[in-house]
Amino acid sequence: MRIYHFSEHPYPEAWNDPHGYLRVDLPNRACDPKRAADLFHRYHDEYLLADDLGLDLMLNEHHQTATCMNSTSIVSLSIMARQTKKARLLILGYPIGHRPDPLRCAEELSTVDVISRGRLDMGFIKGVPYEFAPSNANPVGVMDRFWESHDFIIKAMTTHDGPFNWESEHFHYRQVNIWPRPWQQPHPPVWSTTASRGNARVLGERGYVMAILGSGYATKALFDAYREGYASTHNGAMPGPDRFAYLALFATAHNEAEARRRGELVAAYLRTGATVYAPFKNPPGYLSVDDNMKLMRGMTPDRSFTKEGRVIDMRSGSLQDLIDSVLMVCGTPDQCYKQITDFIEYTGGMSNLLVMAQGGFLDHKDTSDSITLLAKEILPRLKEFKQPGAASVAAA
Amino acid sequence: MEIGRHGGGELVTTDVLPASKLSSLKINGIRIDAVERGTGAPLLLLHPGIGLDPTAPVLDGLASRARLIAPTHPGFGTSDQPPAFDSVDDLAYFYLDLLDELDLKGTTLVGVSLGGWIAAEMAVKSTARIARLVLANAVGIKVGGREARDIADIFAMPEKEFNERAYANPALGVRDYKAMADADLRAAARNREATARYAWSPYMHDPKLKGRLHRIRIPTLFLWGDCDRILSEPYGRAYAGLIPGARFETVAKAGHFPHLDQPEEFSRRIHAFMEGRSS
Repeated sequence: MRIYHFSEHPYPEAWNDPHGYLRVDLPNRACDPKRAADLFHRYHDEYLLADDLGLDLMLNEHHQTATCMNSTSIVSLSIMARQTKKARLLILGYPIGHRPDPLRCAEELSTVDVISRGRLDMGFIKGVPYEFAPSNANPVGVMDRFWESHDFIIKAMTTHDGPFNWESEHFHYRQVNIWPRPWQQPHPPVWSTTASRGNARVLGERGYVMAILGSGYATKALFDAYREGYASTHNGAMPGPDRFAYLALFATAHNEAEARRRGELVAAYLRTGATVYAPFKNPPGYLSVDDNMKLMRGMTPDRSFTKEGRVIDMRSGSLQDLIDSVLMVCGTPDQCYKQITDFIEYTGGMSNLLVMAQGGFLDHKDTSDSITLLAKEILPRLKEFKQPGAASVAAA
Repeated sequence: MEIGRHGGGELVTTDVLPASKLSSLKINGIRIDAVERGTGAPLLLLHPGIGLDPTAPVLDGLASRARLIAPTHPGFGTSDQPPAFDSVDDLAYFYLDLLDELDLKGTTLVGVSLGGWIAAEMAVKSTARIARLVLANAVGIKVGGREARDIADIFAMPEKEFNERAYANPALGVRDYKAMADADLRAAARNREATARYAWSPYMHDPKLKGRLHRIRIPTLFLWGDCDRILSEPYGRAYAGLIPGARFETVAKAGHFPHLDQPEEFSRRIHAFMEGRSS
């Protein structure tokens, strides 16, 4: 069992303006660079603490937003590669659907893998809808571009005998020969995320680690689609729990009242993070024609469910709703342990827990205390926890 | 040609729409739908990004004095999306092939907005089968400096704002998606996606086109809806100034889609242009 500590590196003061949007068009005048520097240093300190405590680390990136200052995640990732000692370094995600230059991506990631002496996990994503406006990448055909970029990066990382040629639909290179080559062989582990069964099956076929975000007790259908895909390319074998990851918001404390106070501060992320001018939320071609037809009819798919099948709105749900749907793990260490293991039992096996243990206004002291408890009182018990057998789940 | 399905996805016979044919055309293996109506000299109408409505009054208006062919572009409506098509250049060559395939001669080529861009890209390549060109509130070039937004970012505005900017009468743009037939809804969703496929970046223009417009040496008329707030009139006049001898006329009480805001006046101006009369 691995637990990855995660913060979006927010600039929380931007939440104080009740009129504006937090993403894409929030003027950066609202960002004081001195405050931004203090925040970066603080978040990095929390990552270093998490490393000392035996947690792993997850970074992500978003663009033109106060919710996440890591607009170029490779910078924080590089600092972590040198400054941390043991932690796996998961970038989830690296939005290769937007990147015009996958050669640069391969070079950056290989360099991070070398400096960290083989601790990089490469989470490739197509990128969230509202970031096609900032990047100007065409949302039409993004998955084709994503897979070509992926194929190129893997080819660049696994070719060691001099330059190769790449002239395809989206990218053109004639002399590809990256230095350094990655530490991990044949290449750092590949992760990705999805919310669709079709993509889950594709990830299973490739045997990549699939991380699911925020679907709570609707997650198993995605895991099962992955298992089907995995079995189809692995002689019927079932994937181990290490092929699955789940991201939840997180807060713990010695007593429940304090844990919930912290939980409310972290939950502010979900309640406001999607504050985006409507036209940027669904760029053309990002969703399929069929999905767009449903949206045009006013039908929005339910995403987050409790164990009893109750639908939760992640923006308006109460803290208890968020806990019931595993959008958040929150409570005393005992309560958190039970919430996590109940969920693992439900999924049929999952041994990578990604926790947003810092969000919104949760301060350094509370964050440090929360991740210390996580590492000292929850992680050791989870390492002893016996994962359910996936084979029986797949047969069910 | 064969009778096929139109944008609404229902089989339409000539009994329903007299004197018209809704056709399925196959050009180089790519199947598209087209409205064919009227007799006389050929008039090829290229629709804007919002697609082609086979019931639009402008079609009857134009067809009253011409043989109207109004195709639905590849990727739009119910027309095929060829996997290799991702630029207006692809569409321009496709329609030059269509002119060959249908053996059209002396064609009046009319394009509105995105359709105008396609028409201009065709005309710089070959006017062998094109006698005259009409560009109505056409996009396709950049005239301002690098920090000037010549063309409003239609993907960064709600549909209500789009309608207010695009139409003199914004009610013409309002759609009740909840009540719409599935096939029409699918066509609308495909139109939005196809517009982005062809025109996302560089946004609504081809940086090379401006330097090629001098090659157009056929009579050219710019028809410009004077209430357009997607494009400005100076943009249209600058565009016209790049085509030798092009005439620029405004259409009153019309926006970005003058063929929808003022279908009768739009048709009248085009007929006059075809017949060599001053409008």
